[in-house]
Amino acid sequence: MSDCVIGIVGKDYVLLAADATAAFSIILMKDNEDKILKLDDNKLLAASGEAGDRVQFTEYIQKNLSLYKFRNDRALSTHGAAHFLRGELATALRKNPYQVNMLLAGYDKEIGGSLYYVDYLASMQKVPFGAHGYGSYFVWSILDKYAHLDMDLDEGIDVLNKCIAEVQKRLLLSTPRFIVKVVDKNGTREVSLDNSERAKIQQDKMDA
Amino acid sequence: MARRYDGRTTTFSPEGRLYQVEYAMEAISHAGTSLGILSKDGIVLAAEKKIISKLLDSDKKAEKMYKLDGHIACSVAGITADANILIQYARLAAQRYHFQYQEPIPVENLVKMLCDTKQGYTQFGGQRPFGVSLLYAGWDPYFGFQLYHSDPSGNYGGWKATAIGANFQGAQSILKQDWRDDLTIQEASLLAIKVMSKTMDSTSLSPEKLEFAVIKKEGDQVIYTVLDEKDVEKLLKEADIKISQEEQEGN
Repeated sequence: MSDCVIGIVGKDYVLLAADATAAFSIILMKDNEDKILKLDDNKLLAASGEAGDRVQFTEYIQKNLSLYKFRNDRALSTHGAAHFLRGELATALRKNPYQVNMLLAGYDKEIGGSLYYVDYLASMQKVPFGAHGYGSYFVWSILDKYAHLDMDLDEGIDVLNKCIAEVQKRLLLSTPRFIVKVVDKNGTREVSLDNSERAKIQQDKMDA
Repeated sequence: MARRYDGRTTTFSPEGRLYQVEYAMEAISHAGTSLGILSKDGIVLAAEKKIISKLLDSDKKAEKMYKLDGHIACSVAGITADANILIQYARLAAQRYHFQYQEPIPVENLVKMLCDTKQGYTQFGGQRPFGVSLLYAGWDPYFGFQLYHSDPSGNYGGWKATAIGANFQGAQSILKQDWRDDLTIQEASLLAIKVMSKTMDSTSLSPEKLEFAVIKKEGDQVIYTVLDEKDVEKLLKEADIKISQEEQEGN
């Protein structure tokens, strides 16, 4: 629960952010853990939860989507992938449940960008923005106020900066680094958050 | 000893052939003709009804046309009882896909799955291969309207227009001559009748000898309709006029 993932749908893109901490008990093991998996050319999956479960389940989904692509010469739609993922999680739930919460982001040519919110109980919802973890309690209201579907990428990153600044300021647990990726018509790539911009927002808040 | 290599479905003959599969295909080429024609706004399936008896009590409009899912239908040639097994499987596969991905199965996926089953009977054995060829007509967002054909060996292919069953070569050569990529459903239906009238044994066509089905789109909805006898009769009349016109022009 100490990890935090955030997703926002903008104009023709979807942004995903995940903190980069790997914690073990009270120890910070790592601060460059990438929790956003590339599922295929135009899908990203951000996951939070029990480290082993997280990696096992997301890779299982990734490999199955890859198998689908080999078999059918075409990648599954984001909609199809989301429902497949949910189905697998729901089947596992009554046998050997995975403790993972996820945000699935994808871009389809006809439909555009879409974001799916999935929790460890296998509930799923298509959302314009979403977040998991303790950080989400600080993030929801910011997204509610500032995020909208026709933001360009810079605006989207600004909103994300606001969210991350708030989490880093108010959440007791430290999440010093976030990894941010975007999926759009050109595929997926990592984007850097402008640190000076984030520092400025934080500073403004301190001053206020 | 002449039948050394055709007893089992999975044994190659010295020339490298699988006789049982070839016999299955032979069985199909004696069955009533089925044909499919792709047009720009839909697909026409037509089939010959072989058994027409006044005593036959059937309320079905079509015996060889089957809806496999909301957006896919098929027409069969060969042993209808065998086809029922495949159709049962196809419907199940389509619903399973829908359940898993919450979206309709792409047409080619379904064709592929059925062909895997058919192929199995040429390698792993069983009593005999399925004695049916199928024509699949469907629509999906990836490739639009599509027409596929599969045979007992498990081979399949996509077609713009094709025919299976009795005299399929004759039918195919007419289709090759007359098919254009700007056909409408109406024109494709008339072409289907032209092909049927020239390839069927009977001298005159009548609505009770034909089955007709159309797959088209209305808005986002894919619609499958089996034509009733009245509509087929109307088509026959129109085709009659067209064919006689063509013949006059030819002279």
